[in-house]
Amino acid sequence: MRAILAKELRQLFHSPLAWGVLAALQLILAWLFMLQLEQFLQIQQRLTTLQSTLGVTALVIAPLIDSAATVALLMTPLLTMNSFSREYQQGTIDLLLAAPISSAAIVGGKFLALLLVLVCAWLLVAAMPLSLLVGTWPDIGTLIASLLALALALAGYAAIGLWASSLTTQPAIAAVISYAVLLLLSTLNLTAGAAPDSPLLVLSLSFHLQRMLGGLVGSGDLIYFALLVATPLLLTVMRLRRLRGGG
Amino acid sequence: MEALLRTNQLCRRFGAVDAVQGVDLELFPGEIVALLGPNGAGKSTTLRMLCGCLTPSSGTVTINGLDLQRSPFAAKRAIGYLPETPPLYRDLRVDEYLNFCARLRGVGTDQLREKRERVKSLCGLGDCGRRLIGNLSKGYQQRVGIAQALIHDPQLIILDEPSSGLDPNQIVEIRALIRSLGANHSIILSSHILAEAESVCDRVLIMHRGSVVFSEPLGRLSEPDQQTLTVVLGTPPQRETLAALPGVAAADALGSGRFELRLEAGCSSGQLARELALRDWELRELSSGKSSLEQVFTRLTTVDRSAAGA
Repeated sequence: MRAILAKELRQLFHSPLAWGVLAALQLILAWLFMLQLEQFLQIQQRLTTLQSTLGVTALVIAPLIDSAATVALLMTPLLTMNSFSREYQQGTIDLLLAAPISSAAIVGGKFLALLLVLVCAWLLVAAMPLSLLVGTWPDIGTLIASLLALALALAGYAAIGLWASSLTTQPAIAAVISYAVLLLLSTLNLTAGAAPDSPLLVLSLSFHLQRMLGGLVGSGDLIYFALLVATPLLLTVMRLRRLRGGG
Repeated sequence: MEALLRTNQLCRRFGAVDAVQGVDLELFPGEIVALLGPNGAGKSTTLRMLCGCLTPSSGTVTINGLDLQRSPFAAKRAIGYLPETPPLYRDLRVDEYLNFCARLRGVGTDQLREKRERVKSLCGLGDCGRRLIGNLSKGYQQRVGIAQALIHDPQLIILDEPSSGLDPNQIVEIRALIRSLGANHSIILSSHILAEAESVCDRVLIMHRGSVVFSEPLGRLSEPDQQTLTVVLGTPPQRETLAALPGVAAADALGSGRFELRLEAGCSSGQLARELALRDWELRELSSGKSSLEQVFTRLTTVDRSAAGA
């Protein structure tokens, strides 16, 4: 698995794609962060006068992480689309299938490599709200919950992207499948009048993300994200087994 | 001697199509075997099953006494595989790629450099280590493909059409490389070029429609067949007239005064030449026919095709 991880990281960072995605993510979020902060400074006086309970955590950090999750949703499929599609196209999948390693190790190596790139993105995003510690004291619990939510969402995006990439030889089609699945999961909660225990809400990515951005970390949310990561990874392993003809 | 590779009734179905049916193979240490057959005969499918890329629908593959399905990791360590399209990452350098392939097969860090340099010198890649694979010529890419199959020093090397797409000089080089590898490894290679099998292999297997229809040592097969002759006549008679000559069993017209004559047992080419010279047909050329391998190949792989087409 370490051999695959090292090879994937080398390929990801050799290509301008990972650097481009990281740069674009940082640029957009830095701009949004600045806008949020500017708006907050404008209304700060009024909030104090109104004795509002809303502070920098609710008005700057939560929207920033929410935006980060959305921008990452648009960027991650571009990172993941080549993972398996390119192996199919180049015929290098035979190199992996003929090697004395398991399908799970192939998937695990590729997933960890993607995760490491996304950890870079996560650290860059996390640096922005953490920089506020210099001048103010945000709600640390909510901040941690928000950053955890972003990390889990990124892992989920990577897992879904990896699975989509294992389905097709065309990277563009892999990206389309990722977008379709991720956008569907993100908009399931928009159904009008959904009850709090509606299955659509429970399946919705945004629902769990918003709860955690509000500082609420329930075991249900953690299980949801664990399944969001584990299910596509399992499906990818099964897909590789089917490729060998064993499934 | 214990066989290094043995398959038992290997079958593979794709939907309703039987790509490979009931293949029994044996490969002994130090042997180079060619798997011949027309396109679509099931050669690549068979080789992919031998190296564990494809699971057989039924049947078993045993390598070094280990069942490939039950002990895949141990069995696969003994195999080096070059698919039809060399499995290369064009954006990696040759050294990076070979290091990756070595680690993938469990070569330790302490042996990595030594093994990499050994296969590079073996495959003539000595000064290519820092070059990007995508920038190499097709011939050198093929060498890198062979180098990756050898890097972990496997006992069994499986090469799927190793000389496809190469120019004549490169083909000669690759064949020489395969011959030199045969000294220390067992090799099974697929090809649809008969000359390739004749020049490097000890034994040939011919596949047709998913089955092995022929398996013989090459030694006597590569001798030209003395019972089939090709003649060229300046003023040719009817085919039937030629077929009726004493000692001629059958005659086929090949066009432009060229005929293929099959002799009866006991009739020599000298006798036929005399018969032809006695007649006023202006004998221009008399040569031995196809090699036995070519004849066997043509007979086994075209008979059903004409039947199927009818």
